[in-house]
This record gives sequence, structure tokens and C-alpha cells, in this order.
Amino acid sequence: MTYEFLQQYWWCLVALLGGLLVALMFVQGANGHLGNRVLNESQKRMILNSTGRKWEFTFTTLVTFGGAFFASFPLFYSTSFGGAYWVWILLLLSFVFQAVAYEFQNKKGNLLGVKGFRVALMVNGVLAPFLVGTAVGTFFTGSDFTVNKLAITDPSSPVISSWGNGWHGLEALGNYHAVLLGAALAFLAIILGALYILNNVEDAGIEAQMRRCIKKAIGPFLLSFLMWTIILMLRSGFAVSPEQVIYMEPFKYWHNLLAMPGVLVMLLAGVVLLLCSLYLGGFTASRKGIWFAMPGTVLVVMAVFFLAGFNGTAYYPSCTDLQSSLTLQNSSSSQFTLTVMFWVSLLIPFVLAYIVYAWRAMDRKSITREEIETTEHKY
Amino acid sequence: MDVVIWSRIQFAMTAAYHWLFVPLTLGLALVMAVMETLYVVKKDEFWKKTAQFWIKLFAINFAVGIATGIILEFEFGTNWSNYSWFVGDMFGAPLAIEGILAFFMEATFFAVMFFGWDKVSKRFHLASTWLTGIGATVSAYWILVANGWMQNPVGTTFNPDTVRSEMASAAAFWEVVTNPVAVSKFFHSVTSGWVTGGVFVVGVSAWYLLKGREKKFALRSILIGGIVGLVGSAAVMISGDASGVHAAEFQPMKLAAAEGLEEGGKGAAFTIVPGVKVPHMLSLLATHDWNGYVPGINDILRGYTDNEGRVIPSVADKMAMGRTALDALETYRGSEDPAVKAEALALLNANVQYMGYGHLEKPEDVIPPVGVVFWAFRLMVGLGMLLALVLLLCVWFAWKGKLENCRWLLWTALWCIPLVYICGQAGWVVAEVGRQPWTIQGLLPVNVAISSLSAAAVKTTFFIFLAVFALFLIIEIRILLRAIRKGPEVEPGNA
Repeated sequence: MTYEFLQQYWWCLVALLGGLLVALMFVQGANGHLGNRVLNESQKRMILNSTGRKWEFTFTTLVTFGGAFFASFPLFYSTSFGGAYWVWILLLLSFVFQAVAYEFQNKKGNLLGVKGFRVALMVNGVLAPFLVGTAVGTFFTGSDFTVNKLAITDPSSPVISSWGNGWHGLEALGNYHAVLLGAALAFLAIILGALYILNNVEDAGIEAQMRRCIKKAIGPFLLSFLMWTIILMLRSGFAVSPEQVIYMEPFKYWHNLLAMPGVLVMLLAGVVLLLCSLYLGGFTASRKGIWFAMPGTVLVVMAVFFLAGFNGTAYYPSCTDLQSSLTLQNSSSSQFTLTVMFWVSLLIPFVLAYIVYAWRAMDRKSITREEIETTEHKY
Repeated sequence: MDVVIWSRIQFAMTAAYHWLFVPLTLGLALVMAVMETLYVVKKDEFWKKTAQFWIKLFAINFAVGIATGIILEFEFGTNWSNYSWFVGDMFGAPLAIEGILAFFMEATFFAVMFFGWDKVSKRFHLASTWLTGIGATVSAYWILVANGWMQNPVGTTFNPDTVRSEMASAAAFWEVVTNPVAVSKFFHSVTSGWVTGGVFVVGVSAWYLLKGREKKFALRSILIGGIVGLVGSAAVMISGDASGVHAAEFQPMKLAAAEGLEEGGKGAAFTIVPGVKVPHMLSLLATHDWNGYVPGINDILRGYTDNEGRVIPSVADKMAMGRTALDALETYRGSEDPAVKAEALALLNANVQYMGYGHLEKPEDVIPPVGVVFWAFRLMVGLGMLLALVLLLCVWFAWKGKLENCRWLLWTALWCIPLVYICGQAGWVVAEVGRQPWTIQGLLPVNVAISSLSAAAVKTTFFIFLAVFALFLIIEIRILLRAIRKGPEVEPGNA
């Protein structure tokens, strides 16, 4: 296996994990619905118990996504995490509260009360997809950092990757193009959450509300995603020459799309699947929208990652110093490590198989009011 | 204080906090899996209720363990940027294996275990309970492979083109995976988790007996928890002995600090507490040789000859070689001339094993805080022995049917719960404070491993995490206490 093949293979896997992470953010989106005033307490408990049996998949996928990025492209990990400090810390905190909120919220003596933990779940529900979207948005807008590997020999300032401003990542919130992707992801999560609840919970009142929410979210989601895509196609991108010199190329991402018809097909297929799910969820009585929305989301996110990293593109560009930009070549682990990880990754289908098996065993029945009222094992 | 200190305090706090939850996860997982196995084998509802009670406490504890694990993962990048580049290539494979093999196993089967009682078959549920614990244990192995490598960086070479440590062959990978430090650390940490789980189960059950409640439940739990704890104690002692030998071999300064040994020598005595020494004992423990040579702090600073006859240079000499390596790296990367590059590379390779020393300011920088390591070590060993004794007595008296009347022992068992946590924390203080100033032994000192952040930024996040951790700990303890007070409800009318 050539080094180049392995780097691309691992970029595909990082993209896949990113896609799965966003698709699994139906948990976040569903928790966002806990703020819906039309829903009564027992309906909220049903939603909570429904996402409560899935949140660990999202959380574990986040951990694995981080781990895979660390393992295969460590320079991204050291540059982005150490640089865009506040963005990652905020994301982290929102997930940390989410992780304990299920177990703690309905227990007596939890200090913050049911309300406190619900607020934490809702904050995570909105903030997590928004921040992840904005962070991925900077893959196309560039960030303010420099990379100098020789710095390690300088005792007075030994850090290889340094960020150019004191906002440490929060400055991305002032970048409308990156924020548009954050907004699109936040609306997408709300839709995914509603579609998931439709499928997993049996309650007429909840169903009506979820369909209403989907209808309301369609407009803002499509608008923000479409605007982000159009701007992306029009903007200059960070191209890498065969000599590994990075330069600005007008319409770079449009060129990428034309040069990689497979990616174009993925993007279109993903969008079509998403549109189908929106139609099923918003305008029919079907409960199966989520089965279109999740693969659709995975395809779209993977296409976005491919546009960022393939066809001679710097996926984590620096606008301060173009040559500091991260490419698949200059930021990856060694050929040997990528090879070992390649063999390990062949186990993924086996892992997916047992997850699906366990998930189906647990989901044979939809969550109903009776179950939540009678079972002891609930949140 | 500067950013290095704040980054260290923040990471130390997160790791110590994480370790409040992990050992109970590892230990309780084994206890409840054994109990559920008894239920499936004996078809006795009593064991089902018993297992379910401990699983309930496990779940309360598990959530915070997961929440703090991700903080550690993120902090590698956010606060230790240089470190995560430097080790990224070596961490890659273990992390990938951990993520794919262990994390999903733990998360998937935890959900089945917690919610699946009425949804899946008995046997599938039992398998899920075991797999949750096995997932947590496998996860611990790969994390400790990474940690073990930081204490004893085997199997990698420094690549001047990428400026990091890299693995280059299957043999190297095997060396990393079977690193003796990782193996002994794994057994030591996991089995100390069994002790924690055992002491927790015995202590909580002792409280029921003191209150005259849940007698059958408590006595049976004490037998199982106690035996798991005792097996753990025995394994902890064996792996602890191996850890001592490894410290002597790979991190002599850590051993010297843990012993407060200024001047070493052959047939070195072991200090139980200052002023009380056992002759030759340290040599025996550290080298398994009555007259083995153990270097003291000053010997290491001055340089010495080890038991295999190797001459170990003084720290000042290592620093000079380290600076030579760093200068050669600078020349190598700065020059286009192949002849200059080749010469610089040769010089770098000749001195690279001491590269980290080139970052130090003075030789004394290699001495960790001796008092802290010395007392933490005594606390760990002393408490470990006390806990094993209490477990043994509890199991013995429970077996003889006399435990209920032995109130002093029940009270002692209850008070052992905080002690087992102090014991585990002290162990990690020895391991991690003892290797200062190194993040990676000999290669990367802490002051070079950091991110380029202001001290104020890290200070801010430190206090945010401190507040969050304190809040979660208080909530967790309150919820646990309520669940314990409510009881397992296996014996109606007895509660």
C-alpha cells in the first residue's frame, strides 16, 4: 500500500466518522425539542428515554472521530485543538453536561433539578451541531495559525503550532461563511431529531408536534445550506501543487466537484435522500423518514470532507501563512502507523454488525407511555 | 504561575478525577457479572435483584467516568499541542484499536445491560454485562500502552523530517504493545480497580448489616465482593513488585524519589518511614538481588555504572548531548546542502536519546518533588495492605457466619471506602509526579510539550473544570447515597 493511498483511505474514514457523527446528532436535535411548550411532561420523558438509549453512540462516535483524527492526522489535532481552544472547550463542556444529564436529571438530590439538566441537554442540542458545523466551515475559510516544526529547538517558544489571535477559535463566529454551515447543521439536527422521534416513539401528540417542527425547519435548513454551498462554489480555495506548495485558486471547490464526479454524485444523492426524508416527515404519515435522512446526511458530510481534502486541496488552511496550511500529506501519521490502523479498521464492519444487532434487539418495540410508566429502568 | 504549571494542574486534576470513577467501573463490573452469572446458573431471583442493585450503582458512576474520559482525550490536543504532534504517530495505532474494539463494545452493551432486562434473552443480557466490563478493561489496556510508552518510550525512533517519534516496523509495534511497563501498569491498574470494587461492595454491605437491613443480600455481596477484592489485592502486589523493578530499570529517578534515596549503593536499605530501615530490602525489591546496585538522586546527577556494567552519564553530560542533538536538528532542517545535512544527521542520531535533556536549564530539573512521591508511595502501600487485611477478615467472618456481630469490623469496612480511593490516587501520584519533569521519559519535558496559550486562558478553563467536577462529585455522591439508603429491595418487609 502506498503512503498516498493510506492517507486518502484514512481521510475517507475520518469523513465517514464525521458523517456518522452528524447523522447521530439526531440525539442533540431531539433534545432540542425538550423546550417545546406544547409537549407535556410525560411526552418529554418519552423523548428523553428514547434518546437516552442512543446518546452513547453519538458520544462514542465523537470520541472515536477525535481519536481517529488524532491518530491519522495528528498535526490537525495539535494545531486545531491547541489553537481553536475555546471552540473545542465549549463543545467539550456541552457534551460533558449531556453525558451526566440523563443519569442525573430525574434523581433526587441532583442539586440542579430536572430543569437544570434539561437546559444542559437543550444547550448541547443546539450548540454541539452549531459548533461542529462552524469548525468544519473553517476547513474552507481558513484559520489564523502558523506551523513551524523547527520551533521545538527554541527553548523560549518551543510550540510548533501557534494561533495568531487571542480569540483562539471564537473568531470563526464572525466569519459568515463558516457560521452558515454551523446554522445549517443546527437546523439539520433539529430535523433529524424530529424524524428519529417520529420513528422511535409512539404518541399521537408528539407525532403532530414533530411534523410541525420539521415543516418549520425545512426553510431555514435549506436556505442556510444552499447559501453555504453557493458561496463555497464561488470562493477561492486553498490548492496544493504537486511540489506541495500551497496557493489560492479561484473557484477551487467548484473545480474539485467537476474533477471528482463521484463526489458530485454523493452530494446529489445525499441531498435527494434528505429531501425525501423531509417530504416523508413533513408531508406524509410515514415514520420512516429517518432511514433516508441518516444515510443522506452521511453522504453529504463525506462529500464535504472530500471537497476539503482531495484533488490537491489543503483541508485545514491557514490564511495567516499559506504554507502552514495542513494537507493530507504534511499532517498525517507515518506510513507504518497508517498501515497498522488500516488492518485494524477492517474490523469496523464487525463492530457495526454487533451495534446493529444490539440496537435492533432493543428497538423491537417503540417507546410508549405505558412502558415509561411501568419500567424501572428508565431516565 | 506560567502556562506550563496551569496546564499541568489542569491535566492532573482531570486525570485524578477520572480515576475516581474508573476503578469502581472496572471492579464493580466484575462483581455484578459474577452475580448475574449466579442468577443465570442457579435461576434464583435473589441473584437477579442483587445484580440489578449493583448495576444501578454502576450506572450512576459510569456516566461521570465517560464524561471525564473525553475531557482527557481533548486536553491532549487543547493543552499539550506539541506533545500530541510528537506522540501522534505512536498513539495512532493503540487509539484506533481502543476506539474500534473497546469503546463501542462498552457503550453498546452498557445500553443493553441497563435497559435490556425485559427486551433481550437472559443469556444475551448476561453476555452484555460481561462485555461491558471486558470493553472497559480492554480500553484500559490500550490507554496504558500509551501511558507505558511515555514512561518507557520503546519501539520508536525520532524522525528529523517530521520532528516526532515514529514506529517503523511490525517488530517495533510489537515492542510498543508488549512494553513491560505497559503490561505491569495494566495489571496493576485494573486489579486495583477490582480492589476498589470489592471494598466498595463490602463497605456498602457492611453498612446494611450495621443498620440491621438486607442481611442475606449484604452477606452474599460481602463474600463475592470480598473475594474479588482479595484476588485483586494479590494481583496488585505481584504487579506492583514488577512495577518497582521496571522503575529501577527505566526510571531510576522515580524510584530514588519514591525512596527519598539521596545516595545509593549496593545492598541498599528500604525506608519504611524516615528512621526505620530494612537492610538490603530496597536492592532486593528493585533488582531482585540481595546486593543489587540502586542509584540515589545524587548518583543519577553525577552519573554511575548500573548492574549490567553500563556507564550512565551525568545529567550535565546528558544535557550537553541533548543540546548537541537539538543544534544538529536545527542545522539539518535549515540546510539544503546534502553534505551538511548528512553530517548533522549523524550528529543528531548519535545524541538523540538525550534530546529531551537539551531543553533543561539545570541538572537539578530532573529531580521530581521528592517529598510528594515519597509519602504518596508509603500511603499507597500502607493502605493497600490494610485494605487486603480488612477484606480477608470480612470474608473470613462472613464465611463463619460471625460477621453480623463483629461491629468494629463492619465500621472499619465502611471507612475503607474513602481509603481505597486515597490509595488509588496515591498510586497515580507516584507514577505521574515521580516522572517529572518528563511527559515522555528523556525525550520531551513538560515545558516543551505545551500549547501556545496564555496562562490566563488555561487558568480560566481550570476553574471552570474545577467547578464542574466539584458539582458532579457532590451530585454523584448524593445520588449514590440515596440509592444505597433505598436499598436493593430483595427482601420485602426487611427494608
